[in-house]
Amino acid sequence: MQIESLLQVFASGLLMGLLYALIAVGLSLIFGLMNVVNFAHGEFLMVAMYAVYSLWVVTLLDPVLLAPVATAFLFGVGAFAYMGVVRFAMRAKSNVSMVQIFATFGLAIFIQGVAQYFFTPDYRSITDTWLGGKTISIGGLFLPAPQLIGGLISIVLFIGLYLLMSRTDFGKALEATREDQGAVALVGINRNKVFALGWGLGAALVGAAGAVLAIFYYIYPQVGGPFALIAYVVVALGGFGSIFGALAAGIIVGLVEAFTAVLIPPSMKTIAVYSLYLAVVFIRPNGLFGRL
Amino acid sequence: MNETMTMAAASAAPTQRAAGARRAQLPILALVCAVTALLPLVMQDVYLQNVLILTLMYAALSQSWNILAGYCGQISLGHALYFGVGAYAASFLFAGYGITPWLGLLVGAVLSAGLALVLGYVCFGLKGHYFAIATMVIAEIGLLLVHNSELFGAALGIHWPLGADSWSSMQFARTKLPYIYLALALFVLTWLATYAIEGSRWGFWWRAIKDDPEAAESLGVEVFRSKMAAAAVSAFFTAAGGAFYAAYVAYVDPESVMSFRFSLLFALPAVLGGIGTLWGPAVGALILIPITELTRSYVGGSGSGLDLIIYGGLIMIVALVKPEGLLSLVRPGGAKA
Repeated sequence: MQIESLLQVFASGLLMGLLYALIAVGLSLIFGLMNVVNFAHGEFLMVAMYAVYSLWVVTLLDPVLLAPVATAFLFGVGAFAYMGVVRFAMRAKSNVSMVQIFATFGLAIFIQGVAQYFFTPDYRSITDTWLGGKTISIGGLFLPAPQLIGGLISIVLFIGLYLLMSRTDFGKALEATREDQGAVALVGINRNKVFALGWGLGAALVGAAGAVLAIFYYIYPQVGGPFALIAYVVVALGGFGSIFGALAAGIIVGLVEAFTAVLIPPSMKTIAVYSLYLAVVFIRPNGLFGRL
Repeated sequence: MNETMTMAAASAAPTQRAAGARRAQLPILALVCAVTALLPLVMQDVYLQNVLILTLMYAALSQSWNILAGYCGQISLGHALYFGVGAYAASFLFAGYGITPWLGLLVGAVLSAGLALVLGYVCFGLKGHYFAIATMVIAEIGLLLVHNSELFGAALGIHWPLGADSWSSMQFARTKLPYIYLALALFVLTWLATYAIEGSRWGFWWRAIKDDPEAAESLGVEVFRSKMAAAAVSAFFTAAGGAFYAAYVAYVDPESVMSFRFSLLFALPAVLGGIGTLWGPAVGALILIPITELTRSYVGGSGSGLDLIIYGGLIMIVALVKPEGLLSLVRPGGAKA
């Protein structure tokens, strides 16, 4: 294989990996905050895609302009999911992990039903966008414009998330709540409020990813499933709760997927990603960057 | 953790009372069998008979899942893999070599139990979410491998050849009655296996592991071997259910027997009825499967998604309102005995 085509594969894997990282980091954030795995995460992604789609149908504005709206909308969806469902799942006295898994699973199926009710099971796509179908040439590499912008958005949001977590009171409250839920109540932090904001933030991040994905991917009620599975792999690989881990693992997954797609039939490329997950957790049972 | 303490207390309940309550279960099973066996006489509608078959089948499959997840506490989200192994083993041997599905069922169940031992050997070191996601990922790898394997018909799957109705080929085109009895037999066998395990040393070990693996280990429970045994038994019966399903629909393809949806469908009845209980999966299936089938036929046929809304809503409500399962309503505090 020539060096240019290798670089080409590397670049497309890297861009897709950045998007995977953005999809996964919200999941990781929520887990780190309150030890809950959100099995409706893929559906948050799907809701964001439909949000962009319906706004586009109504306003005919470009999806890039609509992305912030979808992101904000998903913040609301996430906070609402916490206040309406997850908050009650946290109160379970028996079968705690089972309750969390099935409450969020139920939510996932419910959201799929709502999507199908309003949009039918048909595949939708957004056409005639500024970025869709265009490529940008950088140093001899041809990069698809939506993925390139998606990668940039991902990097910007990761930097923003890092600053938010490390420099603001909100970030400190999140960090403190994650360290010790009982103690934060004593210093006047409302645990429920922090959790609701955490869920909002987690959903907003996957919302941004969904908005980008809507530009170049089909939109249908079950679209979240495969991406959610990759997100679980990314989060587990990077370590539940680790933001940097999600970024690194997302990129690794994107690269592995891109390079194996060259070697084996594309329909098998996710096998490589899943095998990577298994290999890593068997060697390091808490992921690459997980706290042991 | 609160959970651990209450459950440990429940396990320590007087054994005599437990033994008495245990013996009372067998007449209940006999009654359930009698009612189910006579039901087709008054219920001749083919559609309703199909619902009955599926209800019995999911009760059995959920019970199989319950053996590993409910009793031993290892939450598997990948049981579709074992279901698929059973379904494909029976279909492959029957369609390819004319081998009776009875043998196919046995081959699939044994293969599946072996596979569960291999996977358990590598996976039981993982904790909590890492374990659950590993099971999900492994099942998905299985699905992709079958999907890409020409030997098993790839995406098209395997069609069962048409032939005369017979017990040896498990094919009955004209009547659903034999399938009702087969599904009932599957349910009864799974139930009896669970019943036997519940009263044995294994049952006590498994519950101890579910409550607190470290404490169980320190008390001399062989944690790893217990988990392996639970996984093998659970996979065995799940695959038997898969072989039955393949014979019933006379067709398998990767999506229709190995998709993640099935892993979920096996878990939900148990969660609804009460996990780690003898009757939980059956009660859950009795409620969930008719609702699923009826909503799918009457409101889901149009693809409106209303069936999913109802279904998802129901799961959320049960998980949130009655996390111990519906059985705890009739037997307060006794559901875990």
